[in-house]
Amino acid sequence: MNTNLRSESLGPADAASTGPRVGVLALQGDFREHARVLSGLGADVSLVRRPNELAALDGLVIPGGESTVMDKLSRAYGLAEPLKAAIADGLPVYGTCAGLIMLADTLLDAIADQQSLGGLDVVVRRNAFGSQNQSFETDLDVPALGGEPVHAVFIRGPVVESVGPAATPLASLADGRVVAVEQGNLLGTSFHPEITGEHRFHEYFLEKAGRRAAAARTP
Amino acid sequence: MSTAETGSSRVKRGLAEMLKGGVIMDVVTPEQARIAEDAGAVAVMALERVPADIRAQGGVARMSDPDLIEAIIAEVSIPVMAKARIGHFVEAQVLQALDVDYIDESEVLSPADYVNHIDKWAFNTPFVCGATNLGEALRRINEGAAMIRSKGEAGTGDVSEATKHIRKITSEINMLRSMTKDELYVAAKELQAPYELVAEVAETGKLPVVLFTAGGVATPADAAMMMQLGADGVFVGSGIFKSGNPQARAAAVVKATTFYDDPSVIADVSRGLGEAMVGINVGDLAAPHRLAERGW
Repeated sequence: MNTNLRSESLGPADAASTGPRVGVLALQGDFREHARVLSGLGADVSLVRRPNELAALDGLVIPGGESTVMDKLSRAYGLAEPLKAAIADGLPVYGTCAGLIMLADTLLDAIADQQSLGGLDVVVRRNAFGSQNQSFETDLDVPALGGEPVHAVFIRGPVVESVGPAATPLASLADGRVVAVEQGNLLGTSFHPEITGEHRFHEYFLEKAGRRAAAARTP
Repeated sequence: MSTAETGSSRVKRGLAEMLKGGVIMDVVTPEQARIAEDAGAVAVMALERVPADIRAQGGVARMSDPDLIEAIIAEVSIPVMAKARIGHFVEAQVLQALDVDYIDESEVLSPADYVNHIDKWAFNTPFVCGATNLGEALRRINEGAAMIRSKGEAGTGDVSEATKHIRKITSEINMLRSMTKDELYVAAKELQAPYELVAEVAETGKLPVVLFTAGGVATPADAAMMMQLGADGVFVGSGIFKSGNPQARAAAVVKATTFYDDPSVIADVSRGLGEAMVGINVGDLAAPHRLAERGW
């Protein structure tokens, strides 16, 4: 094998893991960062680009990246409908940044024809902070995770403009804007724990995936 | 609760992380920017002339008109990058003031300083810089670049230089990985790069920032080859809007970049794209016209 070719190793837990089977949507974005965090936490991680790769998953992460690209490619390659069905079926899904946009029921400042998968009863505004010059990092209190504040990196990030009755805010900026939400098995953050070494959101998500796995494997 | 911090290394490098697996397209009008966004570009590079035209027309190539850059920013929701001349820190200050999302300190424009590159740490806006080898990449990172693109030979449609540069960078990284600690001091000297960065690359096996490939990518298969060679994503300059059917070619390059390891997808998207850009063989270019040799 040509050693110049890209290695798709996803981290230390790659082959032997017995943790929940978690997919990372790998159409575009920082999917390898998520895969590394999840493998490090013991999950059995695979990359998802095709509908058949969704089978038998206990959870899915939709990474950071460009939501317009993920939307187009997920529709062009027949992933959008199976993803919607999986979400409706209760699959645990965690979306960061573009992933939160993909999970929102309603989008603001989307491009023409942009669609989301939906599932989270929220209105999300894309690029809510402006250009890259306004991207920032800060500490957030996240009571659901307990303990120390979460160090959060926002990169041309979205915000949750309004939270519907079915969803619960998990964290807000000092000005009150909601940047993390949960609804049943769905979790979304405007920011990127996958690039800061913050693992508590992934652990929180893996607890949901683990419960799903346990339920699925109980005869 | 701490206050928000903008312009940190993590924030600057982070945007490049989010562009990975994507295609960044050169555009010279808002209409082209719209086509690029609709085709699935992760970002656009706002320019007055694509490299093929800079090459054909000659003369000094400079930063684009702020009106053009602003019109492109107004047209699309994806990140907008723009080019400053090598060493021209005032063009970079202007681009930062225009609120572009990334500044490309680019050899495609005429250099403004043949000794110094821009001190990129002094900016809130992140920079991407070109490199032909690992030492050059690490020197740019040491100056504050938050993203690297291998240079290739812009405006030619000849992918051979892009191949050469991405292979050079990845093979030099592989060599560092196999070295002992004492050998790394010598490697740093030979690469003309700071020891700390050399040691970090030897440890992690990759650059500390995202690495895209650029310069001569003209087809979906070109883009997929760059991805298979280890690029995190691709820049396509003249290759799209100098081709017969920019919409179709742009969408095809995007798909081939995502499914870079699936020849059946690449075959499928390569069908019926019409004329590719008219190419120039790099070997036919006289040395003064080789843009990759600008920057050091």
